Formats: sequence, C-alpha cells, structure tokens
Amino acid sequence: MTAPVPLPVSAPVTWPDALYDTLKQVGIDQIGHVPDAGHARLIDRCEHDPGIVVTGLTSEEEGVGLAAGAWLGGQRAALLMQSSGLGNCINAIASLAEAGQFPLLMIITMRGEWGEFNPWQVPLGRATRDVLVAVDCRVLDVHRPDDVADTTLAAARLAFDSSQRVAVLLTQRLIGTKAFR
Amino acid sequence: MTTCTLTRQQIAGRLIGTDTDLLVVTGLGGTCWDASQAGDRDLTYYLWGGMGLAASTGLGLALSRLDRRVLVLTGDGEMLMGLGSLATVARIAPANLAIVVVDNELYGETGGQSSHTAGSCDLAGIARAAGIPDSRIVSDAAGLEELAGAVSSLGAAVRGPLFAVARVPGQLSGPPAELPPRDGTYLKHRFREALMGPHALR
Repeated sequence: MTAPVPLPVSAPVTWPDALYDTLKQVGIDQIGHVPDAGHARLIDRCEHDPGIVVTGLTSEEEGVGLAAGAWLGGQRAALLMQSSGLGNCINAIASLAEAGQFPLLMIITMRGEWGEFNPWQVPLGRATRDVLVAVDCRVLDVHRPDDVADTTLAAARLAFDSSQRVAVLLTQRLIGTKAFR
Repeated sequence: MTTCTLTRQQIAGRLIGTDTDLLVVTGLGGTCWDASQAGDRDLTYYLWGGMGLAASTGLGLALSRLDRRVLVLTGDGEMLMGLGSLATVARIAPANLAIVVVDNELYGETGGQSSHTAGSCDLAGIARAAGIPDSRIVSDAAGLEELAGAVSSLGAAVRGPLFAVARVPGQLSGPPAELPPRDGTYLKHRFREALMGPHALR
C-alpha cells in the first residue's frame, strides 16, 4: 500500500520544551512513561535532568502505582503515555488513585483522532475522553502549541493542590500525525 | 520439595513487627490481614484494591525516599498480576526496596482457587530473570531470619532491590477481628503525616 502523506505540522516544534519547563516549575520529581513518539523530546529532556527520576514502565498501569507511591513519600510524579495506554490504566486509576484521592497528572498524546493512518489506534482514541470522565478524571485539551504551558500548569495545580486525577490531552493536531516510511 | 515450616503470621510479624522505621505497602486480602495483625501502624499503606500495583507503588515510594527502607509485602496472585513491574523494578534498581511475596499458591479471597505458583510458575526465578539478582526462596525460620536481617540493612550493607518468595503452601489468612482501616484517603494522609510531619497535610 502507499505510504500516507504526512499532514503538515506547525514548525518549529518547541512545545515539548514548554511542557518540560512547566513540569519543572510545578516541582515534578518523577516521570513514569511507556515510550511514545510524541513524547520523545520530553522524555529525552527529563532523562538528561538529574533532578528528575525517569522510570520506563512495561505497562502504563504501573505508572499509577508509581505516582501514588511517590506521593506517599512526598514527591510529585507525572505520567506520560499515549491514548491507547490509557486503556491499560483503568482499574489502577479507579481503584487506587481515585479510591485514595491521590493526585494524578497524566500527559497523554492522542492517537486515532486526526488524520490517523492506523485504524487500530482509532477505537481507544475515540473512547479516551469518555473513559477518563467515567473514572472521575478532569480532562484538559491542548490544540495549539501556545497553550501547552498554561494548560499543563493548570492541570498540575488541579492535581497536586486539589488532589484530582487530571489528564492533559495533547491532541493529534498539536503533535502531528505519525507518518510511516 | 523443601519442607515449608513458616506461618504467615510469623513472616509479617518478623519482617514488620518492631521495625518502626520501615515503610510498608501491602497487597490485598491475605497480606493486608497479615500486616495489620503484626500491628496496625501509620507507615503501612494497605491496598484494598488496585490489584497488581503493590510493587509499582513500592517503587514510587522507594524512589521518593532513598533514605528509608521500603517493604512490599504481597501475595502470589497480586504479584502475578503485576509481573511487568518486576522488570521495571530491576531496571531502576532502588537499593532501598524489598518485595516479599507470601506465596500460599492460592487466591485466598475468592474461594481458594489454586494460583499459577501451585504449578510450575517460579516467581523467584521470574524476578531473577527480570534482573533482580538477590531473589530468594524462604521456607523455614532460618531463612526468615536471614531475610529479616537483609531487610533491616537494606540500602546499606544489603543493596536492593531484594525479592523473596516466602512459601506457605495452602495457608489462608482470614480477616482479623479488627479490620485495618480501609479508607484509602485516610491511609494516605496518616502515612504522609507520619513520614513528613504535620506540614504534609497543609
């Protein structure tokens, strides 16, 4: 089959740096992630920061435990994942994070919603918002690079100051559609 | 097959009993009861839900307090649900974390159905292969003494992560007459306050 034409992305891409700066500003000590192309630059920035402990997870649900444990010990964690990874976390979010009213900050890169090439990404991409709401998470969308910092700051305050489960959805329009070569 | 002479109460009692500094995360059901019977304490976070997350919760806690020893005391069913977290713990290798699985080869809270460890599944072997070299099987009082000694010098003379399977085949643990607190938010607050002082709640 023909490789898809990549959709245009607004250049240059600096929002991952704004996101990193905001995570530093709100005092994030730990990052849990399953690698995602949309988070690649942010993960790289965090891994080069001696003030942040980065834990690569085998599955996103581990990150919910990691974040709860970090909070028990007095630290702040953020989880980076792709929308499909949210599906791996549902019981963890409901039964651990919500049951204990733990702060939980999830930065989620969206798939399956905007010019998606891979049909396997569409079902959970479409369900992401409903699933988050169903397990009592606040959902904040980011469509434009200029909104990344403000939205992440607002989400972090909601999570850590008001003990909420909060997802920042980095929409596919922001991050660009993955192109396969 | 090695003879197993340990009791569940012995394990929780010896590992947690008088170790007031130890930070503890339990599994659900059996190990939750065991830990509370060893003495309810502020620095124990009991899981009443979130099966499969004990080890990853212990990991986040251990990373946040490298100056403190952290014990995850969980069951075989709970550990089986979070096997991936053994690979993650091995990858990060916190020196202050011990994971002890009280292995009765049963799902005790759901009718005593046999678990995978009743068959050929070797959790200590899985942990070792995941990259946790100090991975033990404990079956008797002498082994428990050695394990307790290792937990007490975790992060110092003994570099974690440490993994142990404490074998208690067929032993069930019913809920104690007085249940441990089951409000996760209360447990969180009391843990943080005990660890960080009153400012933790402000």
